[in-house]
Formats: sequence, structure tokens, C-alpha cells
Amino acid sequence: MSITDNMAAAPAPPVLQAQGVTMVFGGLTALNNVSLSLGKGEIVGLIGPNGAGKTTFFNCLTGLYLPSRGRVLLDGSQLAADPSKVTIAGVARTFQNIRLFPNMTVLENVMVGRHSRMRQDPISTLLRLPAFHRGERAARERSRELLEFVGLTRAEHEVARNLPYGDQRRLEIARALATDPKVLLLDEPTAGMNPQETEATRQLIFAIRDTGVSVVVIEHDIKFIFGLCDKVSVLVQGELLVEGTPEVVRADPRVVEAYLGKPPEEVEADVRAASTEHDTRGEA
Amino acid sequence: MTTLLQQLANGIALGATIGLIALGYTMVYGIIQLINFAHGEVFMVGAFGGLAVHRWVLPESFRENWYVSLPLMLLGGMAVAVAIALIMERFAYRPLRNAPRLAPLITALGVSIVLQEAIRIWFPNADSAQPFPKAFVDSQITIIGLGPDGPEGDVSIRASQLLLVVVSIILSVLLQSYINRSKMGRAMRATAQDPDTARLMGVNPDRVIVLTFVLGAALAGVAGVLYGVDITNVDNAIGFQNGIFAFTAAVLGGIGSLRGAVIGAFIIGLIKTLGGQYMWGGTQYDYVWIFVVLILVLVFRPQGLFGEAERVRA
Repeated sequence: MSITDNMAAAPAPPVLQAQGVTMVFGGLTALNNVSLSLGKGEIVGLIGPNGAGKTTFFNCLTGLYLPSRGRVLLDGSQLAADPSKVTIAGVARTFQNIRLFPNMTVLENVMVGRHSRMRQDPISTLLRLPAFHRGERAARERSRELLEFVGLTRAEHEVARNLPYGDQRRLEIARALATDPKVLLLDEPTAGMNPQETEATRQLIFAIRDTGVSVVVIEHDIKFIFGLCDKVSVLVQGELLVEGTPEVVRADPRVVEAYLGKPPEEVEADVRAASTEHDTRGEA
Repeated sequence: MTTLLQQLANGIALGATIGLIALGYTMVYGIIQLINFAHGEVFMVGAFGGLAVHRWVLPESFRENWYVSLPLMLLGGMAVAVAIALIMERFAYRPLRNAPRLAPLITALGVSIVLQEAIRIWFPNADSAQPFPKAFVDSQITIIGLGPDGPEGDVSIRASQLLLVVVSIILSVLLQSYINRSKMGRAMRATAQDPDTARLMGVNPDRVIVLTFVLGAALAGVAGVLYGVDITNVDNAIGFQNGIFAFTAAVLGGIGSLRGAVIGAFIIGLIKTLGGQYMWGGTQYDYVWIFVVLILVLVFRPQGLFGEAERVRA
């Protein structure tokens, strides 16, 4: 069909684009020239061994860190290095180690996510005018919808810290969705989950994608990533090693190497090569 | 019996004043972990703001009508207190946001001295007691013959004391409901629990911190004016004494907890009046009992009465 052909010929511009992001802490280069492009409704996986810089990359995307070099664009305009502005622009995230507001209820946690999407002026708030009640009700209804979406309706009034682990992860996702993001960044959404929960999370991410949100997922579970993502990027020691479709990445010998290791003699050779490389860099 | 009832009434009125100030201490601590030692002076400045409105703003004909003068004095006191708190936050504390905790603490002590001296210099004779207008119904409510002493057993409560208690309770309830059920209230609690994550929810921490100072100062301003009306004179040292009481109340109740601050304040008000009446040493030693109780509470419950459960409540 010609329509399909046209679409294939002119792909939609990327929603999120990271261009040559480099992050240096003191003398340590945590990220070196990492680029990523995320289309609308796309799910991109970010994998790599521990300490590869995946979370650092997320921190650069959400404005927690200002990249030393490179930039991050959302819909073509550069994101500020200010988390609250990045959220308002439309990037939301969850955390590897869950960071809910522990003493607030499940519903309140999600309602905090609505913060930047609701207007409330001090006068009508203090006097409890109808405008205040309308705004609160709208925020509460939207938050309840999201709780239903992730399957936490029954836990609405519980205090967040009392939730089981898996529910806390899903609550974080609901809270992130409450900010009406264009892009959702999930940092190890299935860590510590059993196979059933992991599968439920996979279905949830598909459902999120189907609402038009683009998703970037950090995960260690390779099977999970390959069964979920349209594209996969592999980070190793702060550098983008490979990127492509799951098939391409899975077949790449360097990925197998990075994950499964390689014969000891080759490792030794690599270490030697790496150290000479390091020396030359030092001299330069 | 009469004496006891009388002192209970006095203690509750004192507790109401202290409670309004203590809320400011506990809120600011909840959000930025700063003991704002200058907060007592915000209370004092609020009292002088109300006095200034009465002296220099209100036309002569209105001064006698409390229902005109009192609201305007309250507004004046709040406005001055809030303005001072905004300046203090912007120029003294914000630049030290990421400094070690000791730096803003010492700064707070400095701000406190600056405010006391500023009032001493610019408000005529502020270092001696300045008569405060009787801006409320000038009568006492007398409860006759409650005790076995018959008619001699009158308990008298000043109308201004009653006003203090009523206003204090209303404002505490309003504040509690604002923080529990409003967008900025949720943002305050979120920021108190995890500032970085709150930012990632689109919460602007600067606005939350400014709001916290504004709310605390508004309450302190109201307290300052009502205190002046009740005690009928003010000087530039009232902030220090009441500030210390309020700080103690906040710590006693569990700093960071709103409910703790209010309950702590009533406890301290009662200890002061009852201790002054019944304990060894009389009123000259009433301070002692406050701090004895504080020490005892902190030995057995270092987080304060309502500390742990609600510590992160804004």
C-alpha cells in the first residue's frame, strides 16, 4: 500500500533524543558520547552490566544531572537541567530502588504526580470554593483511573510503605503516569519480581505504550527485554556498544561477550589493551 | 479549686499563643530541617506591625471600634511578618540551602538579633514596654462560684484570652486541612519526605519552601497581634521568650509534626502556669519546670511525643 510506504519512507520525528551525552564525575567518565532516539509509541530497552551507566543516563534524561557534554531533546526542544521542568515538559520516571512518599497513601502518591497538571489558587483553596473542589475531584478521579490501570484500586487508602514490593513498583508507575508524560523511563521495573509479576509488568508496559506513551526500560532480565522492546541499546562502561532490534543485538558477539564473559586469555589481552589505551589518553 | 481552674484557663490561653508560633518552627523544620531561631522574632515583628497599623494607619475615629481595628491590625501584623519571613528566606537561608546544617542555624541566630535590633532602632522606644491598644471587647467573662468557696470562687477569663484560644484552634485546623487536602499541601508533605522525588513530580522546591515560611509567618503575625491585645503591652524582647517556649513545644511534641506542636504548646502553657502556682519557687521558677519536662520527655522519647509516626509530616 502506498500509505504504508509513505510512512516507512518518512518516519515520525523522534519524541526523545539524546545526542552525544557525556557525563564526567571528577576524573571518572560515567557516560561517554551516548545517543538514543525514541519514536512515538516505541519501547526501547537499555541493558548492560552493573555500573555501565544506565541509571546515570536516566538521571541525565530527567534533569537530575546536567550532562558534561551533549544534550537531550524532547520533541525537538532542549530539556532544562531541572527535574520539575523536565516533568512538566513530559518525561517521567521510576526508580531502581523504589522512591515512593512512604507516609502518604497510595492515592495521595499518585495525586502528587498530578501536581504540575492541576491549577489551584490560594484563595479558592483556603475558602474551599467550588473551583477548589472541582480541581481536587478531577485530580482524584484521574489518579483513581491510573490506579485501576495498574491494578491497585483496592489499596487506594493504604500507606505506601505498607504495600508489598511488587505493588510499590506498580504504584511508582501509576505516579509517573499521573504527570501525563510523553516519555516514561522505567529503571528496573521487574527487579525482585517473580515470573508471574514480571509477565504482568510486561503486559502493563505494552498497555502504556498503547496509550501513546514512549517507554525506555532499564532491565537486567535479557529475556524480558527481548520480549518487550522494539529496539535495544547496550551500554558497557559508559559507552554505547550496540543498538538495534532485539534480533540484531542478541546476535552480536560483543553483547554475548559483555554478558557472558570470554575466555580468560582474551580478557587478559583486553585488560592490557585497555590499560595502554588509558595511558595514551593520560598523556594526551 | 478556683485557683486551679483559673490557672488552667491561663495556661490554655498561653498554650494557644505558643502553639501558633510553634507551628512555624515545626513546618520549616519538616521541609528544610532548619531550626529557624528567628521565628520568635517574626512573632514579635508581627505584634509591632499590628501596633504600627493602630498608631499610624488607622484614622482616629476607627480606633475605638474593635471590629474595625482588630481585623486591620491582624492583617497588618500578618503582612509585616510575612514580608520579613520572605526577605529572611530569600537573603539569609536560600543562599545557604546546600551549606552544612550548622551554617543556616547560626544564621538564624544572627537574623534573630538583627530583627530585635531593627525594631529597637526604628520603632520608637520599642525596648521598653509599649502600650498595646485594647482592640477587643474590654471585659472579662466571669464564671461565678464554681468552687466550694462560693461567690469568692470566681474564675475570670479575659475576652482576649478566649479570642486567642478560638483563633488558635481554628487556624490550626485550617492549616491541618490545607496540608492534608490541597495541591500545595501534598507538595509540602512530598518535599518533606523526599525532596528529589518531589522535584521529579513537577514540584518546585523553592515555591514549597517559600510557602512554608509564609504560612508560619502569617500564623506568628496573628499570634503577635492577639498576644499584644491580651497582654496589653509589647517590647522587642517578647519574641525571644515566646520563641523559646514555642521551640520547646515543637521539640516536645516531636519536631516536624503539626499536631505535636499544638499539643506540646498547650502542655507547656499548662506547666508554666500550674508550675508557677503550685511548685516550689513559685512563678520565678516556672521556666524550670518547662525544661524539666522537656528533658524528661526527650530522655524517654527522643523523637518527641508525636515524633516518629509523623516525623515527616510537613
